Amino acid sequence: MTNYVTTMNKDSSPVAIQWTWWLLMTLAAGLLFSMYGSVLDGYEIGIVVFTAVSMALLGQNWPGFRIHIAAVTGLSLVAIKLYGVELAAADANFFLNYILASQSAIMWMSALFVMATLAYFIGLFSRSDFTMKVGSAMTWSAATMGMVGLMVRWRESYLISHDVGHIPVSNLYEVFILFAVITALLYLFYERRYRTRTLGGFVLLVISAAVAFQLWYTFGRNAAEIQPLVPALQSYWMKIHVPANFVGYGAFAMAAMIGTAYLLTAWARNAKPTGLMATVMPDLIVMEDLMYKSIALGFAFFTVATVLGALWAAEAWGGYWSWDPKETWALIVWLNYAAWLHMRMIKGWHGRPMAWWAVIGLFVTLFAFLGVNMFLGGLHSYGEL
Amino acid sequence: MSDAKTSSSPRQSFSRRLFLLLGSMDLAITLLLALAIASIIGTLLQQNQPYADYVIKFGPFWFDVFETAGLYDVYSALWFLVILTLLVISTSVCVVRNGPSMIKDMWNLRTHVREKSLRVMHHNDQWSVAGTSDATVTALESELTQEGFRVRQTVKEEGILLSAMRGGLNRLGYIFTHVAIIVICVGGLLDSNLRIKFAEWQGDLKVETRNLASSDVPQESRLPVGNQAFRGSVQIPEGRTANVVFLPLRDGYLVQELPFRLKVDDFRITHYATGQPKSFETDLVVYDDELPEPFETTISVNHPLIHKGHAIYQSSFADGGSRLKIAAWPLDENAGKAAVDFDVEVFESRQMSWGDQGLRLEVSSFRPFNINPDPTEEDPDNLRDFGPSIGFKLRTVTGEAREYVNYMAPVMREGRAFYLSGMRSSPAEEFGYLYIPMDRQGGLKAFSQFLQRLHDTTSVETVSKQMMQETLAQMSEATNPQLQASLQSTLTTLVTLYLQGGFTEVSNFIETTLPESQREKLGPAYLGMLREMLARLYFMDADQTKPVTEAELLFLQDAADAIGSLTRYGSPVYLALKDFEHVQASGLQIARAPGKLTVYVGCALLIVGVFILFYLPQRRFWALVKQNNGESEIILAGMSNRNPRDFDMLFDQVSDKLRRASGNSDSH
Ligand code: HEM
Repeated sequence: MTNYVTTMNKDSSPVAIQWTWWLLMTLAAGLLFSMYGSVLDGYEIGIVVFTAVSMALLGQNWPGFRIHIAAVTGLSLVAIKLYGVELAAADANFFLNYILASQSAIMWMSALFVMATLAYFIGLFSRSDFTMKVGSAMTWSAATMGMVGLMVRWRESYLISHDVGHIPVSNLYEVFILFAVITALLYLFYERRYRTRTLGGFVLLVISAAVAFQLWYTFGRNAAEIQPLVPALQSYWMKIHVPANFVGYGAFAMAAMIGTAYLLTAWARNAKPTGLMATVMPDLIVMEDLMYKSIALGFAFFTVATVLGALWAAEAWGGYWSWDPKETWALIVWLNYAAWLHMRMIKGWHGRPMAWWAVIGLFVTLFAFLGVNMFLGGLHSYGEL
Repeated sequence: MSDAKTSSSPRQSFSRRLFLLLGSMDLAITLLLALAIASIIGTLLQQNQPYADYVIKFGPFWFDVFETAGLYDVYSALWFLVILTLLVISTSVCVVRNGPSMIKDMWNLRTHVREKSLRVMHHNDQWSVAGTSDATVTALESELTQEGFRVRQTVKEEGILLSAMRGGLNRLGYIFTHVAIIVICVGGLLDSNLRIKFAEWQGDLKVETRNLASSDVPQESRLPVGNQAFRGSVQIPEGRTANVVFLPLRDGYLVQELPFRLKVDDFRITHYATGQPKSFETDLVVYDDELPEPFETTISVNHPLIHKGHAIYQSSFADGGSRLKIAAWPLDENAGKAAVDFDVEVFESRQMSWGDQGLRLEVSSFRPFNINPDPTEEDPDNLRDFGPSIGFKLRTVTGEAREYVNYMAPVMREGRAFYLSGMRSSPAEEFGYLYIPMDRQGGLKAFSQFLQRLHDTTSVETVSKQMMQETLAQMSEATNPQLQASLQSTLTTLVTLYLQGGFTEVSNFIETTLPESQREKLGPAYLGMLREMLARLYFMDADQTKPVTEAELLFLQDAADAIGSLTRYGSPVYLALKDFEHVQASGLQIARAPGKLTVYVGCALLIVGVFILFYLPQRRFWALVKQNNGESEIILAGMSNRNPRDFDMLFDQVSDKLRRASGNSDSH
């Protein structure tokens, strides 16, 4: 068995590091409780514990993630310290103004994602491993800046006023950042696992598109302003429903981009077997495998998100299912991927049709994510353009 | 799980073939996609709108076609339910067919495999070590157990077979997910309005389409208290009670009775500093005969009350019949001289006799504040509170109506204060605004007096006579009786024309009656004279010794502009809101969902099942140990039911470990 794929990386970190990491996460959660325990309700405590455990598990065998979390924590704490209790500090302080204030951090994220996309493609077509490594480093930095942007924005919302403060997953501007960061992290996970950077450019392309949209939205619609939460969104459900959804969207987007890479590679290997594209890309079977894994991951999280949405709807709208356009489109996306999974697992379909289907799936997902808000309205009013 | 078995041979009975068809993967995928497409239709065509809107949108022909197809309520249309039911049946058949073998597979270690089949497995390996097979078997078994496998030994002709398995639970994932689909659909069915549709079909229930008070709705449209599912809404004004909810159905509704009464004590909206709403809350009192005494509670968005299996949600709000004090200022000479006060409630409709026409006043809304972009500022984001307003319609005997919105507090425009009233003659239009200048006392008196003076023939006569004489004196024609009469009549006509249609009317008059040669010269002169007339009428009984102030001139100009547009405004009175008592109605949504628990159990099963399916693969290993003249020969094979690429690696790892455990050091 000397397939390309047997070089998959499942290295575990040294046990001492694993223990330290778990200990750190426990300490962080403990510190949070000792500082804010009195204002957290049961659900919020649950969410904190869940977050700590997830981060511990993710970081356990993934050094990059550990550094990412450490960097996000450090930079966010610096920003919070620099802010003090004055939102106006952002204009006076150099570091805040140019680097750490949420909008600046997000601008850095945007720039880095676009540069990373270029680096990956340049590296791919010049067969330069080093350039692609730069791409990875930039992607990590972009994800870190994006996450810092979200964390700092969270704090900024509380600096505006206590009753305005809320977790930044409440409108399109905020969830776009979330989407970019989550998709990048998912990709980085598989980049390490499969030891190939060749797919980076493709996946980052969809992130760059999101960033472009986000920039238009920021400047065209003045969307970056922090708005207080409308009553319907004032719920702890938001904190888990939205991120779960975006793991789903991110994974589906990644699957579609791998599908694109698959189709191009398959085409190139037929048309010009010795050409650049045909020779730099990994085995088709690897891409197919990754596509399946992304869709499975997306499907699992999308299932969780939809169920959480139903639980929330039961509390906010008077029924767990209302056939509201957003809900209905979530179902459509879900049914579509359920059909995809059956086709692949039970009917044994594979290759190009499945890759095409994954690409089409992105458009269905995109409609559920954006199109519904733009064209259909309904009870999910947070994301109007 | 192949579908090879589905290919039906002619010998199979019809029911057997149907069973196979229903459980087939092709049907399942078709149904999944059909359900997705049907759902898309429901989102593209807005559901459950008033039928009149659909008729306007599609025209009578397509309206009927779409109605027959159930497209206005896709998700309870018969064909949609058929797809869902088929999906449930198909999934059930699938579970019934595959379930038992899956459960067996969870435990079955497959001890019957042959050496031949081990050798042809995709993952296999082979090595030899010195030593007895017994020792090797023990070493391998303990290593496999350590790796988390369940292991069993069987003695075969060829040697000793170790069968090992990890992740047998994976099969449970299939059962969980697919049973979950069935459970969720059944729970959803319990909460659907299928029962109501059935009763309607049997003729026991009739949808009410008239706009009636809840107590007047006939028995055939009422649903008694029971344990069925429903989801309806009701608006309760502050201080009132309700013991029913309305269930919307197609173009009408049904009345569902409740086993308790709800009183709304107070409805509140709180706001952020920016003016956006922060919370909607209702103080409720629940009267329930089974309780020793009523209890009070407060609900808000995201915090419903659950009582007797009924969930009571804050879902909307509206005016609950605010009480308004209004002063009707006459704008028309037939509408009286002084402002008349009267009281009215929001949603009241009342026949009024203003001027020469009877008008029906329909008060449609009251808003205690209006946070709108300030039109005087550049920045459209600069919001400002324009204060309370009322919205109403004035309907003529022939049924035409104009719609008005009047603001209570004056608004500032270029430093002057105006009372603002918007008017439009159809909902499709934008509001056009009338700006009535506020007088020094902060009211409408000065404007009203001026307007009345313009309507007062003696005043107009006096002023026109005076002006005629002064003008003719200047032209030394003071005694020409013909000129006297014609000039004076021109002056009064100008005022009358102006009252009929403002300066535009006067300009039209000049265009149509003056010969072209004189128009250029006389036109401006006429307009100048009219302005002079208006000013004289305005200052008629002012103290002539005091100098005229800038403010008064501006007021005159503003008043003249306003009066000039009164014909377009089209109302004989200006309704000024003097005072109000705000009464709100809280919109409650009340639901009973007996299937909810079932659905939640299904959801939990689904989530657990999906994660088991994806992340707990079933892995099997077989090691056949053969005694071969002093050496043990080991044939290892493995398989996994998913993620073959991941398994490549696991197989190599396990086989390395087993080699080492058995005493063979040359690993891969
Ligand atoms: C709403 C309906 C259904 C949903 C949402 C659904 C969902 C799923 C999912 C998510 C999987 C896992 C796919 C994977 O392993 O990657 C699966 C597997 C499977 N489904 Fe369905 N399914 C549905 C209906 C059906 C029906 C009607 C059949 C019967 C023909 C069926 C037969 C199977 C089989 C045989 C498996 C493979 C299990 C395994 O390999 O362990 N499913 N289903």
